[in-house]
Amino acid sequence: MDLFTTAVLVLDSTIRLTIPLLFAALAGLYSERAGVFDIGLEGKMLAGAFAAGSIAIVTGSPWLALAGSILIAVLLSLVHGFASITAKGNQIVSGVAINFVAAGLTVLLGQNWFSQGGRTPQLPNTARFNPIELPGAAAARDVPVVGYLYAELISGHSILTYLAFIAVPFSWWALYRTRFGLRLRAVGENPAAVDTAGISVSWLRYRAVICAGIFCGLSGAYLAIAQSAGFIKDMTAGKGYIALAALIFAKWKPVPVMFACLLFGFLDAVAIRLQGTPVPLVGEVPVQIFQALPYILTCILLAGFIGTAIPPKAGGVPYTKER
Amino acid sequence: MSAASAPLPRWVTYGLMPVLNLAVAFLISGLVVAFIGESPWEAVEVLLTGALGTGEGIGYTLFYATNFIFTGLAVAVAFHCGLFNIGGEGQAYLGGLGAALVALSLGDVLPWYLTMPVAVLFAALFGAAWALIPAWLQASRGSHIVITTIMFNFIGAALMVYLLVNVLKVPGAMAPETRVFAEGGQLPKLTWPFELFGAKLGAAPFNVSFVIALVMAVLVWLLIWRTRLGYEIRATGTNPTAAIYAGIPYKRMVIVTMLLSGGLAGMMALNPVMGASARLQVEFVGGAGFVGIAVALMGRSHPLGIVFAAILFGVLYQGGAELSFWIPAITRDMIVVIQGLVILFAGALETMFRPALARLFWRAPRAAAAKA
Repeated sequence: MDLFTTAVLVLDSTIRLTIPLLFAALAGLYSERAGVFDIGLEGKMLAGAFAAGSIAIVTGSPWLALAGSILIAVLLSLVHGFASITAKGNQIVSGVAINFVAAGLTVLLGQNWFSQGGRTPQLPNTARFNPIELPGAAAARDVPVVGYLYAELISGHSILTYLAFIAVPFSWWALYRTRFGLRLRAVGENPAAVDTAGISVSWLRYRAVICAGIFCGLSGAYLAIAQSAGFIKDMTAGKGYIALAALIFAKWKPVPVMFACLLFGFLDAVAIRLQGTPVPLVGEVPVQIFQALPYILTCILLAGFIGTAIPPKAGGVPYTKER
Repeated sequence: MSAASAPLPRWVTYGLMPVLNLAVAFLISGLVVAFIGESPWEAVEVLLTGALGTGEGIGYTLFYATNFIFTGLAVAVAFHCGLFNIGGEGQAYLGGLGAALVALSLGDVLPWYLTMPVAVLFAALFGAAWALIPAWLQASRGSHIVITTIMFNFIGAALMVYLLVNVLKVPGAMAPETRVFAEGGQLPKLTWPFELFGAKLGAAPFNVSFVIALVMAVLVWLLIWRTRLGYEIRATGTNPTAAIYAGIPYKRMVIVTMLLSGGLAGMMALNPVMGASARLQVEFVGGAGFVGIAVALMGRSHPLGIVFAAILFGVLYQGGAELSFWIPAITRDMIVVIQGLVILFAGALETMFRPALARLFWRAPRAAAAKA
């Protein structure tokens, strides 16, 4: 296989590995820009993926599965919202709790309903989101470079993939060009000012965590019914945390979030590609380096060596109206 | 003063509220059990007899509790300084490396009581070292310690898997683990307290680390409430700005506290690595670092409370294992669910009942005053 084909293959799997990160990181974006830290992304993705896998096998409809995934993730988001907005609890602890509950409940219920060790049964293609052939892809395949890239890289992904990339400019527009977005960002920086303007801090933050739930649901559904053909125990495998790292790496901004996710997805794709094959000049590179790189890069960024990442000022602090 | 911030009697804050929170967590766990078609009462019965009904069960319960005492203390020390160390998982993992290196080298030539102090030291040193970079990043560069310690959990896991697969593994073996430690690298079981009561420890790996954990609990109590450093840590945790004005160096406090916290987390490794499996394995920490958060919250960051909370989680762990054995429909994952619910209700929602309780207990003195 020549270098060009290999590169296209790696980029193609980069896209596939990026999508769950991208949805989850966008979820975190809405929540954290509104001042609600969310380390429960992982758990919400996992619960969403399980809901999607279960509903898809029972009803055979990927759309119902997607709706179920979003519903469950939003419910967990509301639990997180209740703990961190209404009960003024610790947001980190609440996130940890959601991750635990999701990790345990998905396998417990999965084993109970389907008796396959926590998996959901293998889905038929009709119950999944299948690759979409973009118009003209087959014809363009023979055109050198451009046509090939179009056919291999741009075409042939599921609808959720395209949705993820549309969600990036949409989120930018929603956060920076709408009244809701302005207020959402304000509530993450200075909730007292928003309160003084007569806008409910709680209701805004609740809407932000609901947005986070929707995106986590999309991410989970992608994992279970687009990328794979069913739910597998612990299938998020830390992706929620990588998404969190990507969000920080992107300094809490929508378009950079996409690039950070693409970078981390690329690292993952390269790691899979290089497994067991020696790199010229360097020799065999341990796969763990690629697994750790997103986290190492994020720490270096946080240390202020690649620009500075300034989190939303009111992040993690519950808002108390009266003193 | 509004009812929400009214002071409550100590027994309400430290006794009634945690009990209420736990009760809700267990109630919902019971609903989950009922939902999958099993009897919650039977489950509670199996859980309690499994954890406390036999000598072996108690041995296992205390074995698990040992892990949680260490990680709970680690989280609590950081809490006292206003820091959230969520990296206990990674620090304990690295602590395992320190303990294993000592057990693999000195364990071959020295008896266990000479290996042990060195292993304790190295486990603590390695755990502390893994907390140092996040601590420095927080102190000097202002990076959020919650995020950096999460990142370091994953970096630590990658590092340990690499070391176990490529460096420490027995050549030719399949499993990514070290060789079995010699006698001198293993911590002996604590059988005599059981024999005292005529009970049998059986296969339970309850070992000397439990005593180390209790000693550490006492030392943490002394440190936090009876030394100058402890005062400075608490002052920094309560009000960093005031502490700085009082001449307490913020950077040094953050780094010293995190080193102590990481060291305590690192020592947790002694129990599973040298006390139970007698070798270093992948993922031996198994979430104990995160459970430490719940333990510290439930124990209100006080060593005595932490020991009790750790034993409670030990009961859940051991009882949960028995539960999955006797009632197969309730898999081991049920423990993870219960843990999550306990963390949610006793941790994140710990003040959920506060306004209601405040109304209940705040009215009494005012009514009395009005009468007088």
